[in-house]
Amino acid sequence: MLITCPYCGPRDVIEFTYQGDGNRERPQSASQDLDAWNAYVYDRLNPAGDHNEIWQHSGGCRAHLRVVRNTLTHEISSVAFARGDHKSVARHKTEGKS
Amino acid sequence: MVERQSPLEPAPLEPELRTGSHGDFEHGVDVILSETRPGSILQLAAWPGQEKELISGIRTVTGLALPDGAGAGSTDGVKSVFGFAPGKFTVVDEAEGLASAFANVVTPDIGTVTDLSHGRTAIRIAGPKAEWVLAKFFAIDFALPAFPVGAGRSTMHHDVFAQIQRTGADQFDIYVFRSFARSFWKALCHASEEVGYEVQ
Ligand SMILES: [Zn+2]
Repeated sequence: MLITCPYCGPRDVIEFTYQGDGNRERPQSASQDLDAWNAYVYDRLNPAGDHNEIWQHSGGCRAHLRVVRNTLTHEISSVAFARGDHKSVARHKTEGKS
Repeated sequence: MVERQSPLEPAPLEPELRTGSHGDFEHGVDVILSETRPGSILQLAAWPGQEKELISGIRTVTGLALPDGAGAGSTDGVKSVFGFAPGKFTVVDEAEGLASAFANVVTPDIGTVTDLSHGRTAIRIAGPKAEWVLAKFFAIDFALPAFPVGAGRSTMHHDVFAQIQRTGADQFDIYVFRSFARSFWKALCHASEEVGYEVQ
């Protein structure tokens, strides 16, 4: 599996570390909304298909990336820096389908 | 500055650490390995939005202009610079004291300067088979059009993180963590055996 880092170009998956589900919305750190924390920690979509994920190019530029990976085929349809607008990948995905 | 000792000093039973020709060199020496021992190895990082200021500061101090683009870099044979991550650059000088030269140029509102001179070991591989030997180590494209002279790459060999700058058409400088340098050097020597190598 190759992931095309926006900085480094296509690299083997061995250079990357999976950082978890990219759909999670972390509550404000002072939040006492237990349902929101529960959702953040436990709720996962587990889709058979395109999935928003966070990866780190730990064996390269070390940037955190938003990746859309198909859980059935491992096809990667989008990679972007995680810094900045964290909705950018989801938007990209919607645009790609329209 | 504190005097540095190379992690590659030869030990009695490790001939690959000694100068001279090794491996299958009867048909010629196709790579030359050396430790360049630069006096200064720095990591510079710009705060988001301050990248242009940092790049201009690098030019002020080193005289080196950074070309546009990810991983771009340049070298004049004495000083070298290349991007290794978004907004981050490795700057190397044969002389010591480069960090203090940056102190008044890279101000706290532009970014940070980290002196890694004692933390990295610089290994040079040169010769007609340099690309070929490195291709055994790293899953990146070493061909000149994909990896131009001056450019840098961040990658790893197993878990040994490496920054590689192409400093000539058939010459690469590899920066590895000092504590991994000895084993990386030995692996590089073993990989060079079949083409014949010389340690300088
Ligand atoms: Zn990268």
